[in-house]
Amino acid sequence: MNARRLARVLGRPLLYAFLVLFAALTAVPFAWMITSAFKSGGDFFLSLFLPAGNGFLGVAWDHLTLDNFRRLFREVPMARSLVNSVFLASVTSLFATLCGAMGGYALSRFEFRGRGLLTSLVLGTAILPVPLLLAPRFELIYHLHLLDTFAGYLLPQLAPAFGVFLFRQAMLNHIPAEIIESARLEGCGEIRIFFTLVLPLVRPMVGAFIIITFLGVWNDFIGPQIILQSAGRQPLAVTLAGLGSNYGNDYGMMMAGTLVSVAPIICLFLLLQKEFISGLTSGTVKG
Amino acid sequence: MKSARPHPAWAPWFFLAPFLLLFAAFFAWPLVRAAVLSLEQTYGPGVGVFVGFRNFAFLARDPLFWTALRNTAVFTVGSLLIQMPVALGLAILLNRPSLRGRAVFRLIFFSPALIGMVFAATLFTLIFEKQTGLVNFALHSLFRGWNPDFPWLEDYLMASLILAALWLYAGFNMVYFLAALQNVPQEQLDAASIDGAGPWGRFRHVTLPAIRPVAGFIVMLSIAGSFQIFVLPYVMFLRTGGAGPLNRGLTVVMYLYKTGFLIGDLGYASAIGWVLALLLVAIALLHRALSRGETQ
Repeated sequence: MNARRLARVLGRPLLYAFLVLFAALTAVPFAWMITSAFKSGGDFFLSLFLPAGNGFLGVAWDHLTLDNFRRLFREVPMARSLVNSVFLASVTSLFATLCGAMGGYALSRFEFRGRGLLTSLVLGTAILPVPLLLAPRFELIYHLHLLDTFAGYLLPQLAPAFGVFLFRQAMLNHIPAEIIESARLEGCGEIRIFFTLVLPLVRPMVGAFIIITFLGVWNDFIGPQIILQSAGRQPLAVTLAGLGSNYGNDYGMMMAGTLVSVAPIICLFLLLQKEFISGLTSGTVKG
Repeated sequence: MKSARPHPAWAPWFFLAPFLLLFAAFFAWPLVRAAVLSLEQTYGPGVGVFVGFRNFAFLARDPLFWTALRNTAVFTVGSLLIQMPVALGLAILLNRPSLRGRAVFRLIFFSPALIGMVFAATLFTLIFEKQTGLVNFALHSLFRGWNPDFPWLEDYLMASLILAALWLYAGFNMVYFLAALQNVPQEQLDAASIDGAGPWGRFRHVTLPAIRPVAGFIVMLSIAGSFQIFVLPYVMFLRTGGAGPLNRGLTVVMYLYKTGFLIGDLGYASAIGWVLALLLVAIALLHRALSRGETQ
């Protein structure tokens, strides 16, 4: 009895101590990246996080510098890559979501010959690993004369088999057939039904899928690395990997580049936490 | 009552058309080509010679492929053994309604999953650096005996890779486990407590059986992902050619990438792709057989 009470009294603080320790371990790489990005080369080696000095909280605040960022945008096509990343991720997430939602709608709310076969085909191919398609897709893009073009990278991304699957599930669960039928009886056209009735009903899935697609393209390295060869067309992921060969020992530059690459995503995440988490973990528990 | 007005026959095909066209062009067709290519030796796109099953025969005796396969397997198993208990443990700790700051902890643990592999790899290249890297610096400050020149990226490649992957994905898997824990029946936990079961007994006899289906799924997803690991080691070990000294950091997909896109043999790369696909399908079938056996 006594031991159990002791455990209960000690358990709480111990639990919190453990959680805080783990949270700190998770946050430390972020903190290191951010502080390193604002330190000059000399200060980098002198302190782990912020440079020590006589300022507020014992930190030499005046030692912090934006120099790394200035050089990053001047010496490397970072601004261009940032624009490319935003462009590729936005276009893909918009059109892949539309393609996926339309496909999922057709497979869930219509009866037609070949539906069963198509559904199992789409689901069956989802198990195949993406690397298997790298070589033949590269060959195809080459024959289409689309190497080193945005279209060459974008087109294969716009047919999301997984998205069709997710939207099919969401529509089976959230769209009663009667609603569509009564809309038809009232003379509503098929396309209008889809955009004004069906899409709003699966809005959480639309948001989640836009987010996972955006994130997937933003973080994609191998696709653009193979297809987009000229520096002016490369997204951040490729530019940053290339940064290592010229500035590998310039820690401030490397961390500034990494920070610029991940900051937009972190900001989006803080704004849309719920959608991010449900999006990234979709298709398991519900499916 | 059946619907009075059926949909027009064109409607489903209209909605399917954009997906189907792109899927056929950039998924189905490449899949067919992957089969053909794997029987060819190529020198870049468009220049191929039919070699039959020689690619696969060569692959079976290719020491580099076996090195890559072994490294990948070591990473997969090591990652699984460390990451799953950490993820499940964190989920159990967070799964208390009375816990303060639950949402904040969840947010922090999950956040690394947002960071792309390239960006994480760039960060961890510097974190595992000798002398100045965060890990060696911190360990040396804490324990004077720690060698600040500890060669993480030279001699302990798989350990550093597993640690980086742990940071990236433990919180991600934790969110899955947290969702699974909502299926644990509270009455059974209470009943077990009344029967005198301790925390471990409750975990083993109530929690674990309840989360087993989702846990199995997470494990499978994790294995499939780990087996395709490429960008993380490729960028982390970029200074040593992406594969590390003596190819100790070479993974299956990295080998595929190198043969296909640095050497230009898309045929051999496709053969590697098929072996990878077969391995993953085998793992998926095994998982299915195992989970069937459990429900019966």
